[in-house]
Amino acid sequence: MNLNAVYVMWLREMKRFSRSKSRMVSMLIMPLLFLGGLGFGFSKMTIPGIEGIAYLQFLVPGIVGMGMLFSSTGSGVSVLWDKEFGFLKEIMVAPVSRTSIVLGRIAGGATISLTQGILLILISTLLGFRTTITGFLIGLIFMALITTTFIGLGLILASRMKDMQGFQLIINFVVMPLFFLSGALYPIENLPAPIRILSYANPLTYGLDGLRGALIGISRFHPLTNLTIMITLSVAMVSLGAFLFDKSDNA
Amino acid sequence: MKAINTTNLTRKFGNFTAVDKISFQVKQGELFGLLGPNGAGKTTIINMLSTLLKITSGQAQVNGFDVQTQKNKVRESIGIVFQEPALDGRLTGKENLDFHARMYGINKEERRKRIKKVLKLVKLTDKADELVDNYSGGMKRRLEIARGLIQKPKVLFLDEPTLGLDAQTRRSIWEYIKKLNQKNKVTIILTTHYMEEADFLCNRIAIIDHGKIIALDKPSNLKNFLGGDAITLELKKPSNKLKQQLEQKKWVKSIKQHNSKITLTTENGEKHIPEIIRTAEKQKTQITSVNLRKPSLEDVFLHFTGKTIRSQEAGQTEKMKRMRMRRVGHG
Repeated sequence: MNLNAVYVMWLREMKRFSRSKSRMVSMLIMPLLFLGGLGFGFSKMTIPGIEGIAYLQFLVPGIVGMGMLFSSTGSGVSVLWDKEFGFLKEIMVAPVSRTSIVLGRIAGGATISLTQGILLILISTLLGFRTTITGFLIGLIFMALITTTFIGLGLILASRMKDMQGFQLIINFVVMPLFFLSGALYPIENLPAPIRILSYANPLTYGLDGLRGALIGISRFHPLTNLTIMITLSVAMVSLGAFLFDKSDNA
Repeated sequence: MKAINTTNLTRKFGNFTAVDKISFQVKQGELFGLLGPNGAGKTTIINMLSTLLKITSGQAQVNGFDVQTQKNKVRESIGIVFQEPALDGRLTGKENLDFHARMYGINKEERRKRIKKVLKLVKLTDKADELVDNYSGGMKRRLEIARGLIQKPKVLFLDEPTLGLDAQTRRSIWEYIKKLNQKNKVTIILTTHYMEEADFLCNRIAIIDHGKIIALDKPSNLKNFLGGDAITLELKKPSNKLKQQLEQKKWVKSIKQHNSKITLTTENGEKHIPEIIRTAEKQKTQITSVNLRKPSLEDVFLHFTGKTIRSQEAGQTEKMKRMRMRRVGHG
């Protein structure tokens, strides 16, 4: 492990991100459109399982989770961009451990995703969302676990792909189903039993449930259950992602 | 200690053997060339020596370190310029160099000094703060050479350093390479499929085809292998008097006449031309033209492989063009 290398990788990500205005804007616009479109449109509806709570309150943690799911998976898969533009070779030929390269990438991706999540929560409060300071701070823990888990997933997917051509496929067949099955938009009890099983196998379900529990005090599972599952999953995903990254030919 | 030492180095991709039991040594301070058509296995050799690609079988040491078991030691002691650009276009030239220097653990003060120095060396000081996306192909290549020097490598790998550059830029890059090798005593391994590049730069050349070394020697020796220079004389009137007299000379290796044209082979042809002219004048034979042709590496390649490097290339270039198109389409 080489902390210096972790820092360099992180620094590069920050520089690249700060120069990409379009990436910054689109990271907030899509979740906010969902939030506005669904939050206001369904505000008068009664959804079984969340009677008595404003739909916006239920929706905000889901949308924060959604935004972070997309950006985190994306930054894991972005290894493939470096491969496509040749820069991966420059990284791989440097005398630093592969672990520090992976950790640097995760640190960069997580910083961006967390900033996105925090900004979304702040903007939501302007739209009428209410939470507590303590809730927000505990929520940060779950947000950190969500982003780590899905950057790990992104790395795993990237190691199975040759180039960026499969990226849209990943969005359609992996990221979107994870989003819809996570209980971001409605309680998962409302899903038919066979589909609900898929929800239970979805890491985002626990991450979101934990985040929702922290932010608005309503959760399906016990907070500690969510926490334990998310810590285990994030460690597993990152380790597997790092292992596969090291194993794949990077020349 | 040798800069490079390989024994039966082999790499397979599935059933295809890209590099087939290659053994060679490179001395410290040498400028060594791997010459061959695209797809011959040159880049695969470089990728294995620089620890990017696993070895299928055989062994290789760089600066005395094993490329399989001492990867980090190898990485610390080499610099590399890849065939395709390996720069981050969203960073400036200086930031690319800074990223590199930090990855090699060079401290702040030293970083500042070395970056300034290498930028000056490749004449990019003025463009240092511009995004690399706005650089021309030649500037990118120069920046990469500069980057390869920051960590003061003992061995520098250059994979097709002048591919796709115009003649003027190519010349100036050749000058940098020579200077580096002679002044800074850096061992340089370069791959190329340009004959004149290998001939101009390298102390020794390994000709590679289909993953094997088919010849390895100094450029001059490789050329002498073909029997030396060819001199063609055109006579005003067909007559075999001159041929008869030249046949007696010890330095003539072979001589043929076809009507008024005499062709002979000899080593150091340019030194024998005056003698030929004197002989002809004495016997009143009039020569209308003299042509001296030195064998090129192209001829050497043809001799060893039975085909020219260019005819091999046509197919490859097409493939590369198609790949580029695909990239642009999706980029």
